[in-house]
Amino acid sequence: MAEPLVAADGVWRFFGDFAALREVTCSASAGECIALLGPNGAGKTTLLKLLARLAKPQKGGLRLPAPERVGYLGHGLGLWDELSARENLRFWANAYRAPASAAETWLARVELDHVADAPVRQFSRGMRQRVALGRAFLHSPDLLVLDEPFTGLDARSVTLLQAVLREALARRATVVVSSHQIPEVMELATQSWKLERGRLQSGVTQ
Amino acid sequence: MIADAWKVAAKDLRSEWRTKESLNAALAVTVVLLLLFSFAFDPGAEDSKLWSGGLLWLVYSFAAALIVNRGFARELPNDCLEALRASPIPPGALFLGKAFAGFVLLLAVELAALPAFLVFYNVSLTWQAGWVAASFALATWGIAVLGTMFGALTVNLQMRELMLPVLIYPMMMPALVAAIEITGASIQRQAIPEIWLRLLTGFDIIFTALAVLLADVVLVD
Repeated sequence: MAEPLVAADGVWRFFGDFAALREVTCSASAGECIALLGPNGAGKTTLLKLLARLAKPQKGGLRLPAPERVGYLGHGLGLWDELSARENLRFWANAYRAPASAAETWLARVELDHVADAPVRQFSRGMRQRVALGRAFLHSPDLLVLDEPFTGLDARSVTLLQAVLREALARRATVVVSSHQIPEVMELATQSWKLERGRLQSGVTQ
Repeated sequence: MIADAWKVAAKDLRSEWRTKESLNAALAVTVVLLLLFSFAFDPGAEDSKLWSGGLLWLVYSFAAALIVNRGFARELPNDCLEALRASPIPPGALFLGKAFAGFVLLLAVELAALPAFLVFYNVSLTWQAGWVAASFALATWGIAVLGTMFGALTVNLQMRELMLPVLIYPMMMPALVAAIEITGASIQRQAIPEIWLRLLTGFDIIFTALAVLLADVVLVD
């Protein structure tokens, strides 16, 4: 059996005395799409931040790809408003050791190449989210960590996100995605992880 | 690490050039304070040569607080700091890049305001100008790197505009004293004691090393 790309082994994470994650053990292999489900405050964002290396587990171990092989899209867009869409994506392409052409490819992919030199501050919310999608995907990561990426998207952007997620899965990337828009996520998911008060309930394979 | 630091610095400088938020504020504060102090004290008096170097660096330190405050605060909208921390850019490179951008901006403010100082206080810095220029560069780097380090620590505090100066002013005293002594010696046309340049160099090495070594602890939750 192939080694998992992502694995958590008995992971605990505390905020003061409060255990946000309690002995979480899970794994995902290349090409899998994990739907991370659970009510508000269940620990979904905390687990995603651990997978994105934004925090470290206080107990337990994690197996993760190298940082340049991970794409992360959190609640914030990770874009500088005063810079243009092109400047933003070029910076991130450079940061992730991707060729500069990746920025141009993704500007076209998210259908913003015609406004690529306008400052992001002039963009609508939907346009900004499309630039942020480009940011997370432009280096063709092996692991995509997405925290509620469907929230606030218009229908066109939902279709685009589902298409790029399908493309990522087709090239055997692993996707871990939390969402309250369960139908959109479950359409793609091969497995779901359900968190309840920081504890992972039994995984459900589709 | 240097290449990553340069990417961050170039991005910060480009952002600042577009908005000029901290540049305009720091330059305005510097010139206004220099002007006000020139009314409060008699710049024509002979003893002004004794204290004007100190006054210049105190004013520069106020400008520094404004500039280094923006270093990490610039990353708060849209959670850019989180995106940077998740990226392969090492925390040390992020620190160095931000410190370098702060250094360039602060040095630009210092140089832009320097003619106003020379005119208002009727002094000259041509005596041993090479050493004076070196002291400006060394002191400004020290202040920028120290401010960037504490800027990262205070970035999530609600009162960061107040907390940052409270934390950095005591820490930057050695660099400020050295810069004041060198500037004062040049104004008074005296020999510049080498000890102050050594102190500035040591200060810069220690705080640059600390910033790079502690970056991981400060930036990773």
